[in-house]
Amino acid sequence: MTEAGAGQKMRVEHLGMVFQRDGEAVSALEDINLDVSAGEFVCIVGPSGCGKSTLLNVLAGFLSSTSGSVTIDGEAVTGPDPRRILVFQERGVFPWLTVEGNIGFGLSKLSRAEREARIAHYVQTVRLQGFEEAYPADLSGGMKQRLQVARALAVNPDILYLDEPFGALDSITRVIMRGELLRIWQTERRTILFVTHDIDEAVQLADRVIVLSSRPARIKEILAIDIPHPRNISSPRYLELRDELLTQIGLAYEV
Amino acid sequence: MNSVAKPRRWEAFFWPAIAAAVLLAVWHYSVVLTGTKIFPSPTNVKTGVIELLHKNVLWADIGDSLHRVAVGFGAAVLVGIPVGLWLGWSAKANQVVNPTLQILRPISPIAWIPVAIIFFGVGDRAAIFLIFLASFFPIVLACVSGVSSVPPVLRSAGCNFGLSSTQLLRRVIFPAALPQILVGVRVALGIAWLVVVAAEMIAVDSGLGYLVIDSRNSGKRYDLVVAAMLMIGIIGLVLDFSVRRVERIKSVRWGFRDAS
Repeated sequence: MTEAGAGQKMRVEHLGMVFQRDGEAVSALEDINLDVSAGEFVCIVGPSGCGKSTLLNVLAGFLSSTSGSVTIDGEAVTGPDPRRILVFQERGVFPWLTVEGNIGFGLSKLSRAEREARIAHYVQTVRLQGFEEAYPADLSGGMKQRLQVARALAVNPDILYLDEPFGALDSITRVIMRGELLRIWQTERRTILFVTHDIDEAVQLADRVIVLSSRPARIKEILAIDIPHPRNISSPRYLELRDELLTQIGLAYEV
Repeated sequence: MNSVAKPRRWEAFFWPAIAAAVLLAVWHYSVVLTGTKIFPSPTNVKTGVIELLHKNVLWADIGDSLHRVAVGFGAAVLVGIPVGLWLGWSAKANQVVNPTLQILRPISPIAWIPVAIIFFGVGDRAAIFLIFLASFFPIVLACVSGVSSVPPVLRSAGCNFGLSSTQLLRRVIFPAALPQILVGVRVALGIAWLVVVAAEMIAVDSGLGYLVIDSRNSGKRYDLVVAAMLMIGIIGLVLDFSVRRVERIKSVRWGFRDAS
């Protein structure tokens, strides 16, 4: 697993989720069991509509599961908490606040000086220098996502949940953003759970990839990505793991 | 002028000026050709405006009208925004109040004039009450729809940072709904300006509406009637323009698509 996996961070046991839709019970998640170590980077992949986002929303406390439990540091998750921040795919930043205002959003309890230092630090971390006073409307899609990550990191969370954070970006920006996220993860060492439908993204980023089945989502396979960073994306091991994932998801890799 | 091409500088003034000149010419020659003795020509109106300006009554009337709008509309903003936020926030409250609101809303403020006079007598307070009523509903409805259209992602983000309900309302819901609320405020101000004129024709004896009806009643001075109408139009334009300026403040500008 991961070299940083000193302690266990999260334990998910027999997690199940049943929605009521038009009087009918629809099962979204079934018997999800998962342990995540502190500092680990876990990607969750699966066919679209399988319940990846539902799983992330349950882990983040925005939805309550109908069975099973999620515990973080031995404490049951009962609702959203600033110790674990969810980053949305798009439109997650507050459009009425500047870059600084957004990053400082969760810092109102700090003293002014501390808050300003924290903001300045995370403006640097996500490389938005020179845009401190800019409003989100004047930022590109990639910059807005970096801003969302900075706003999340600023409150010093243990866990970052990212729900297809680069899904709405063009493919070049997406590659750049992966590099940025890895750099931030390596310096900040947070536990990251990252939902994506992009196989390459998962193999490039994760310590472990969780493959979900189609609805109702079950864990089909957990694949450890045993390639050290920086990863060579044309190495045989990379291609082997990628093919393994494609097969698991049920996709032929010949177009 | 091509609608796609950016108008050249002089064109931005030239064509509107031509349109206004054509209208004035049509007006002028209609008066001349029909030989009417009652309806004033543009030149008569110009002398009318100058006469009004010299008599100082115009400024007093403008002041009275603006004062009534300021008080009635101001009260509608102060009461309407909290009520609207509350109704938008609480589905239960909205369920209870909404039907009543929907019945009261389509009643023209003009229809309230007799009721206002029973309540407050002929005078300022009746007019102010009418303006309050007229601006209250658009503001409340804009708030309700503004709050209900706040993207769930932003609410979730606010909750994630540990905000309490009141903090969420103040720091996320209100600023997110503000552009839509401002649209309601602008609509309400426009209606308030329409209503003050109507109210002043019946419920009071000063103001621009009174000036219109008084100029007609005391000596059929239609030059002064049209002059007062022009003043009403110009002031209405200035009021609308000033609210539009507010929409360009950076923290709300994101909510207006065509603002640049």
